[in-house]
Amino acid sequence: MFNIHLILFLAFGAIAVAGAVNLLVQRHPINSALSLIAVMAALAGEYLLLGAEFVAAVQVIVYAGAIMVLFVFVIMLLNAGVEEQTSGSRVAFIFGIPGMLLGSLLVAWVVLRHSGTGAVPAGVWAESSSVPPHLVPGAPETIGPLLFHEFLLPFEVTSILILIAIMGAVVLASKPAGPSGEPPQKVKD
Amino acid sequence: MVPLSYYLVLSGILFACGVTGFLIKRNIITIFMSIELMLNGVNLSFVAFAARWHNLAGQVFVFFVMVVAAAEAAVGLAIIIAVYRTRETLNVDQVNLLKL
Repeated sequence: MFNIHLILFLAFGAIAVAGAVNLLVQRHPINSALSLIAVMAALAGEYLLLGAEFVAAVQVIVYAGAIMVLFVFVIMLLNAGVEEQTSGSRVAFIFGIPGMLLGSLLVAWVVLRHSGTGAVPAGVWAESSSVPPHLVPGAPETIGPLLFHEFLLPFEVTSILILIAIMGAVVLASKPAGPSGEPPQKVKD
Repeated sequence: MVPLSYYLVLSGILFACGVTGFLIKRNIITIFMSIELMLNGVNLSFVAFAARWHNLAGQVFVFFVMVVAAAEAAVGLAIIIAVYRTRETLNVDQVNLLKL
């Protein structure tokens, strides 16, 4: 039985997977960046289907807006061209592929072994942070009290984190000057 | 309604694409975008679990993941600019000063 939710889920999912595969196939970084924007827009649609309206809006504004603009800006600033293909390391082929197979088998075994029970314990958050019936789940009215009461400490910690990140980005990207003011030597090998 | 497992499969596909891009790509900016793709896949499973168990804590965690991703993008792109300024390449195979 096909309902509208399933059809929309499959449409947005197809866009997301196609964008992710296109990111891998494309050789030019700007094409990869644009397909990543398509993935993020499709994921915003998936969030809307799940009732997370505020997350969908923030996904479009912050991810597809701010972060990807930063990426595209850096790609254009550095004038990044088509990536040249180099031969991979032999160690990666010898150990990487069996290791990857072993790891995915392990994860699949654990998931399939425990998927039958379905007993996920309702944590201590479940009563306190359940959705009031008169509000839409995922609306800003329900996200806000949770973010500013129960998750106040992580919120403040992330604000300190992003402050440090801003200062680090400014320090790293500013033009470094040597002790006597001349630019540093370029490393050539 | 769409079953939870469909969302988890989509999330897993996106994460696997991110891992693959991280391993096979040689451009440092594309590698960085693959990390963002992995974070997006994890975000989808957070929101799906939040909807399944009617617990909005999952959606709040998506915001924290986004903040960490923004901080990571700012610092990482600054590092990429610094690497390009000294070595004038974006190919990770040519940034091998620490290699044996």
